[in-house]
Amino acid sequence: MPRRLWSLYGGYALGFVSLFVLWHLASVYLVSSVLFPPPVVVFRKGVVLVRNGVLFEHLWASVQRILAGFIAGSLLGIPIGLAMGSFRPVRKVLEPYTEFLRFIPAVAMITVAVIWFGIGEASKIFLIIYTTIFIVILNTAAGVSAIAPNKIRAAQALGATRAQIFVHVALPATVPYILTGMRLAMGNSFTTIVAAELIAANEGLGKMLWDGRMFMLVDDIFVSLVCLGLLGFAVDRMFRWSIYTFAGKYSPAT
Amino acid sequence: MTGRFTTRAPRGEGYQGYRVWSRKISTLIVSGLSHVGQKRGLVRFGVTRTCYAYPAMSLVCFSDVQKIYRSLQGADDVAVEHFSVEIEAGEFFCLLGPSGCGKTTVLKMLAGFEHPTAGQILMEGRPVAGASRDRGVVFQGDDSLFGWLSAVENVEFGLRMRGIARVERRERAMRYLELVGLKGQPQKYPAELSGGMKQRIQIARALVNEPTMLLMDEPFAALDAQTRALMQEELARIWRATRTTVFFITHDIDEAVTLGTRIGVMRAGPRSRVKGVLDVALNGARDRTDDVFLRYYKQVHEMIRDEVAKSIARVD
Repeated sequence: MPRRLWSLYGGYALGFVSLFVLWHLASVYLVSSVLFPPPVVVFRKGVVLVRNGVLFEHLWASVQRILAGFIAGSLLGIPIGLAMGSFRPVRKVLEPYTEFLRFIPAVAMITVAVIWFGIGEASKIFLIIYTTIFIVILNTAAGVSAIAPNKIRAAQALGATRAQIFVHVALPATVPYILTGMRLAMGNSFTTIVAAELIAANEGLGKMLWDGRMFMLVDDIFVSLVCLGLLGFAVDRMFRWSIYTFAGKYSPAT
Repeated sequence: MTGRFTTRAPRGEGYQGYRVWSRKISTLIVSGLSHVGQKRGLVRFGVTRTCYAYPAMSLVCFSDVQKIYRSLQGADDVAVEHFSVEIEAGEFFCLLGPSGCGKTTVLKMLAGFEHPTAGQILMEGRPVAGASRDRGVVFQGDDSLFGWLSAVENVEFGLRMRGIARVERRERAMRYLELVGLKGQPQKYPAELSGGMKQRIQIARALVNEPTMLLMDEPFAALDAQTRALMQEELARIWRATRTTVFFITHDIDEAVTLGTRIGVMRAGPRSRVKGVLDVALNGARDRTDDVFLRYYKQVHEMIRDEVAKSIARVD
């Protein structure tokens, strides 16, 4: 069992350790400036921020926004994507929207969002929905059109109705594409939430970064950066794992 | 011709009389046509094929079927034309032809996935309209299997769509998995199974629905030679056990003579049709080294040789 664990996670552990070692070497021997604290200092600061609850407050604010916007965006995007992939007229009508809006980055929409929804939660969640929905739509629609025609034909010859084919063939065959879209969207959500919080927010990891700059709390900045990295890494692993688990079975090709 | 569609003032007696007569004549014509129609005759370009009313005649009747594929480049592609053949209930019919001759097109039309542009396909006396579970289909590749379902769940699919209770459908699926020799690993997913095993699942999945006939589109073409020979034996055994009518498409003479009770040979495409049909009276003894087997092989080979040459010349 330990051997198995090592072969599964050993590489990761080594990678992370080397990352922190490199960081330490760079900050202590290469730069040696207060503007680039070594990992030990950042870690100590992190412990302090965890103890007094500040870190958790910021972290939770950001995670909450991401989750709310991401879930809402996916729930909206998946059915739209399915409809666009399944019905040509729907695709024709909605494509101008998706093709136009997906080139306007969510970061560019921050101004509009703040004007419309203020600096509260609504504007953040709007931005996360905005950044999630188009990627999910595009991937879901692509997934539907990638279904092997013989799968549909086989289901027809087995007596399935159109509705049954949709539920029992098209939907499961599209799952890996939906998950891939959501994974990409999650990455974008991180970018967007930090940008939005930098500009207008009362708490959140982005706000923590901004305060750090304002009051020259360099350690705080680095704690926030490490949190973003770790959080993103963990969530992405989760998606990769679920895609891997499903894709083994849910692959559209076989 | 002035008359029905003009809105002028009514004319005199004579005109009314004409209308009565024209109606009588058209009634006569229609009744005459319907007499012809009972034989479902089709006469076109001097080629005459007749499908009699079922059950007087065959299970499936292709009469003068044509399929044109609309091409984006402009010139339409006539895949098959004047394709006529009849398939009897209970037989193992092999449709043999050089590559690109439209064999698969014929199968797709019979399965109901595509519609003929002219002519008609009757099954049990009724025109084929769309796919139905009375025609089970086995595809060449494995992309028709549901990768997210295990072997037994794939086999159950048709029964599940019909709303048959879990216990019963599991029991029936297992019976058919046993028939195709896959009883040992019902919980495996298609990705975990070999090519031959995947084709077995496809066969079981189609047969569990108890279709009137089984359509097979070069089901063993992608398998290695040994697996193919084994699968041919297995299929012959399954056919003898179930006596389901089989419509089997192949480009392999050996396979056709090994399996078929009748072999239809197609011309080279485009505008392909049946060149001839051969009865194979081997009574189940399909020894490849047997003289009778070789005689049939030669006979089919003679029929198809020129067509293969033509199809190769066209590709070049």
